[in-house]
Amino acid sequence: MRYEAVIGLETHVELATKSKIFCSCGGHSAKGEPNTRVCPACAGMPGMLPVTNKRVVELAMRAGLLLNCQISRYTTFDKKSYYYPDLPCSYQITQWFHPICREGSVEVTTKDGARTIGIKQIHMEEDAGKLVHDDWTETTLVDFNRTSVPLIEIVSKPDFRTADEVMAYLEKLKTMFRFANISECEEGAMRCDVNISIRPEGSEELGVRTEIKNMSSLSSIRRAIQYETARHLDAVERGTETLVQETRRWDDVKGRTFSMRNKETAADYRYFPDPNLMPILIGDDWLRRVKDEMPASVEEKTAEYQSKGLSAKEIASLTAERVLCDLFDALISSGREPKEAASWILTECGGILRKHGQVMGELDIAPEKLSRIMEKVSGNEINRAAGRKVLEAVLYEGADPDEYCEAHDLSAQGDADAVRQVVLKVLDNTPAAVRDYLGGKKKAFQALFGGCMKELKGNGDPQVIRALLEEELAKRS
Amino acid sequence: MGQFVTEIRPGGAIAVDDTIQVKGYETKAGSRILEGFQPLFGAEAVERLEKAGYEIAGKTAVGEFGLDLLGEFSHSGATLGASGGLRGAAAELAAAGTVKGALCADLNGAPRRAAALSGVGFVKPTYGTVSRYGLIPCACSGEQIGVMAKSAGDMRGLLEAVAGHDPKDGTSLPTESYDYADGKAVSEMRVGVVKELTDAASDGARAKVQAQADALRGLGVAVGEVSLPLADAARTAWNILLCAETCNNLSRYDGVKFGYRSPDYRNIDELYVNSRTEGFNFLTKAVILYGSDVLSKGRYFACYDKALKVRRLVWEQSKALFENYDALLCPACGKTEYQPYDIKEAFGAVFAESFYTAIPNLTGFPSVVCGGVQLIGDALQDGRLLNLAEALEGGAAK
Repeated sequence: MRYEAVIGLETHVELATKSKIFCSCGGHSAKGEPNTRVCPACAGMPGMLPVTNKRVVELAMRAGLLLNCQISRYTTFDKKSYYYPDLPCSYQITQWFHPICREGSVEVTTKDGARTIGIKQIHMEEDAGKLVHDDWTETTLVDFNRTSVPLIEIVSKPDFRTADEVMAYLEKLKTMFRFANISECEEGAMRCDVNISIRPEGSEELGVRTEIKNMSSLSSIRRAIQYETARHLDAVERGTETLVQETRRWDDVKGRTFSMRNKETAADYRYFPDPNLMPILIGDDWLRRVKDEMPASVEEKTAEYQSKGLSAKEIASLTAERVLCDLFDALISSGREPKEAASWILTECGGILRKHGQVMGELDIAPEKLSRIMEKVSGNEINRAAGRKVLEAVLYEGADPDEYCEAHDLSAQGDADAVRQVVLKVLDNTPAAVRDYLGGKKKAFQALFGGCMKELKGNGDPQVIRALLEEELAKRS
Repeated sequence: MGQFVTEIRPGGAIAVDDTIQVKGYETKAGSRILEGFQPLFGAEAVERLEKAGYEIAGKTAVGEFGLDLLGEFSHSGATLGASGGLRGAAAELAAAGTVKGALCADLNGAPRRAAALSGVGFVKPTYGTVSRYGLIPCACSGEQIGVMAKSAGDMRGLLEAVAGHDPKDGTSLPTESYDYADGKAVSEMRVGVVKELTDAASDGARAKVQAQADALRGLGVAVGEVSLPLADAARTAWNILLCAETCNNLSRYDGVKFGYRSPDYRNIDELYVNSRTEGFNFLTKAVILYGSDVLSKGRYFACYDKALKVRRLVWEQSKALFENYDALLCPACGKTEYQPYDIKEAFGAVFAESFYTAIPNLTGFPSVVCGGVQLIGDALQDGRLLNLAEALEGGAAK
């Protein structure tokens, strides 16, 4: 008999907000020394009251719109009670009765084609802290930086059949959310619980379901799904064990799942509406504003850049990261040429970042500064190589383009007269090469060109050097 | 004489009950579980009082988390009147003139009861008018910080100082400040005596209501009898909500970060269980158990959810009465004297007494205690209730 896997996902995504969900502490769980991004409110001190961060609601609405969900017009926060040392109040504020989004869908594409995955709901909630176990002292330490960092949990329907589909879905969410500034989706900012069961192909009934909790890397998720599917198959087909509905933990080192204490699945979380947080009413105006403020999608940006004459490769590279698109758009609105702008971002900035071991997504430059450098080069104030040097100083020393050029006398190197002096010097010093060239050995040109570049310490503009060399050689023929 | 948790600073100063945080003062809400707890910030209401020029006299004892009748089961000790009966600490101090007034949290009527017994006034303001920021939370959906003072005039002054929008409290109403001077003349007002609440009270408590009803008639107020058939359901509903919310809010006292920690534990579960077992008194534990039960999976819709619906119905039934009446008159407590009793009976005793006090907590309507009785008004009609209280004071002086 052939079996198929039935997989559902609960995906937690950390939202890219400046502050936490119910207080004004900085968001962004990854930042800061332990317990430095915490206040009396998110530490659960008595007397503090939660006040909803409106931005969280808007980003959740934005995620819902991207996933074709119905946006609830009435949504509430509820309290979920359980004791755990990383949970300061012993309750978590989440959404249980009236989640903000319901009934959506997203299309995922794998090598086997496109399939639609249903979204059951999206709800907002606060994250818990982090427990760090110190094996040396055998103590467990708590870091509250992450408590109350805003999350959305996207609950899919059990529509996945393969690990590939799950991967494609998560990649798609990641791209969409990063591009729409919903989440930075960095390491650990996207965590999944996976529900798995198997059934004979074509059957409508569901088998015994197990849940694998809290995985954050894509490769772990893939391996866990493959392992767990195989375990279920063995159990059903060969009777290796009796499956029970339970929560399991993935061990990435051992490459297998383990049953967690069953206590957890039996917990009664005693949900009830949080009386400190008034129900949120989402009216037409607010919903329209959130729709209007939705950043353009990858598809829209691609069409826009095509019309500006960029190549498919350039478009793909720019649209891989929201920051690159924002930078490109800023350069265009300050009057730079599209092709040039793309080239400066992708080739020049990209090259420098690579040299420093960084990736494109980490590019952080004020558009005015890059625009100024481009202006200086296109106006022949400095040559492109010098421009690259300025760019590196701007990126890694926080330099100002104008001040840097003046301080380093880079402007002179763009000056054709100065280059001409170098060309003449090289021609005078290497008469053999000049003779060869004039005698028809065109290869000798490279030696002369190289000589000039060496004299200019690599700062010469190749086009200028080439033009001057040809001009001066012609005079000597 | 009422108990100060801290040293008294005499003068025209204001006492603050121990469920309200004052910076620099240990705040333990009458409970061992918060022993040694130094708040990181002061309550908004306290800060506002200080800004308005009032001096804080110190903190007064409350029953553990303000859950009992009159502070009889406080970790700081009970307060007894001259007759040996139970009294509220803040109310006794206000009655003796040791303090000009007090800020007290009202989550189940304790300060209203105390004011009635000590012969002072107390106003439990409309929900959302006084910030709960800095109040040790129990029953968030109905608890409010109120003002205790001998005279209606002092209550009005103190309430004006503390009321007003606070962005730190998500349930705070948007009005920046309140003027509690009400234009309506007492002689044009109508007051309804609530039959169910008055009939159930002891002879003494009923006599007080009748005396004040007569006094109001003497002032030209039209006094009639009204019926609130849902009064008993209101008590049950508030009891469910109070226990559920308190159970949840008290879950933060786990012995991990602050307050009392049992010295006796081998693992995290024992740390939780032993700290809470030793830190809470019997009444609090009963509230936690009851609250935990009404929120449990099988009981939520039959208990908690139904209580929310009853809240709405009680609100509607009261609102209908406010169409015709400026205030409802009823006892603030069922008896005129309470003797110390065993804590094992506390849960039942509190449930019985909350019959008289539950409606303002459940619905958010304001309530003013004066002359030993209670006046309940429509939302934001705190000023009108204070007018009536003032008139009664004047009438009594004559």
